[in-house]
Amino acid sequence: MPLTTGSPRIGHRPFLALGLCALGLTVAVRASDDAGAKSAVSAERVASQPFLASYNRPATTPFPDDNTFTPEREALGRALFFDPRLSGSGWISCASCHNPGLSWGDGLPRAIGHGMKTLGRRTPTILNLAWGQAFFWDGRADTLEAQALGPIQAAGEMNLDLPTMMARIGGIESYKALFAKAYPGEPVAPETVAKAIATFERGVVSPEAPFDKWLAGDESAITPEAKRGFVVFNTKAACAKCHSGWRFTDDSFHDIGVTGDDIGRGALLKEIPSLQHAFKTPTLRDADRRGPYMHDGSVATLDAVVDFYDRGGAAARESLSSDLKPLGLSGEEKRQLVAFMRTLTSPGRPVQVPALPR
Amino acid sequence: MVRIALRTSLAVTAVVAATVWLQAASHPVTQKGKVFAPGTITVKVGDTVTFKNDDDVTHNAFSTSKGNEFNAKAQTPGSTAEIAFKAKGKVAVKCAFHPGMSLTVNVE
Repeated sequence: MPLTTGSPRIGHRPFLALGLCALGLTVAVRASDDAGAKSAVSAERVASQPFLASYNRPATTPFPDDNTFTPEREALGRALFFDPRLSGSGWISCASCHNPGLSWGDGLPRAIGHGMKTLGRRTPTILNLAWGQAFFWDGRADTLEAQALGPIQAAGEMNLDLPTMMARIGGIESYKALFAKAYPGEPVAPETVAKAIATFERGVVSPEAPFDKWLAGDESAITPEAKRGFVVFNTKAACAKCHSGWRFTDDSFHDIGVTGDDIGRGALLKEIPSLQHAFKTPTLRDADRRGPYMHDGSVATLDAVVDFYDRGGAAARESLSSDLKPLGLSGEEKRQLVAFMRTLTSPGRPVQVPALPR
Repeated sequence: MVRIALRTSLAVTAVVAATVWLQAASHPVTQKGKVFAPGTITVKVGDTVTFKNDDDVTHNAFSTSKGNEFNAKAQTPGSTAEIAFKAKGKVAVKCAFHPGMSLTVNVE
């Protein structure tokens, strides 16, 4: 910039010195920015360190001793899972509500059953249930085998009685052949139907998600915002108190203050006040793809979920979990939490739908 | 006469009480780490099991096994519940909060 004409009292040198200083400062700031960026990454890894180990995935999928895995059992279970003839109308299969294209749910606030009637609760995903401890929102079934025949027989859901189901399946030669290969020596009966479906379901496991890659050491797998969200998840927001471990569930039951008359597990255990309005902690894997949320689909988005917890739930009741209280999250912390939860979505994989026995 | 009778009846009561106390055993079961420990126990009819919550979360013990149905309600950390087993048989005990917790009580 040209100096104003005139006065020789301020010479070139001070401006030159200023210019050099400015240049020096710029270089210095740039350098510290780089160093700052690098140390910010390490700072998040350091802050995350105490929590990381609890999120490691198991190496193998467990199968019970009385229903071990064979490819034949999985194939039979797959056929039954996708077969709408397991419903009174001949139209609804397990896959109608547990749709592989919608992360094994149906994307609806509440399930729709026989006669297009809207039911009371949202369809849960069947992801990672090989490790589940109790099934249904209220945990009333102990095993996948015990769960499988429930919706089939429920009048509001698939509405099919077991004798009719067995007459239909037993009348198809190629089904009988599948049973003979899967469960030789066992009868073609509701028990083996349930066992086969359970075997198929145990194979429904979340593929590696960006979060898992980051856990394994790939710093580029998730954004810095998501990494900070992981720390908030485990500290200030205390989500990990219930959404713990690699499946992001403690398999337990909590009243988190969703308003409504549904008392969940309380209906099975009326003498335990803290189980009234308590529902099973769902997994957070693929959460970004599985809205709306809560047992009744009443919370539409992940942002709304975070707001819900930030307020301490919506129902002040005796049974409300002591972990539910206003969190005081900043807008930034809320965004970080949602960014983190988005990293739990696994890339979609095509699922094979079998040609059903006829 | 009355004094002797009183002393005798007191002595008899003490002996009976001691005999009852000695015969009905109490068996400890802990809940730490969301696990019933031990996972299987054998007791006699009339024995009690003392469920001790030495964990840092609320637990429970309940059973729907015929003849030995019970529900210990919510046990906060540190609390204890004493359950008597009245009938012979195999009793399946679970925790209402943590369905993965399982205890088998063989009552003989």
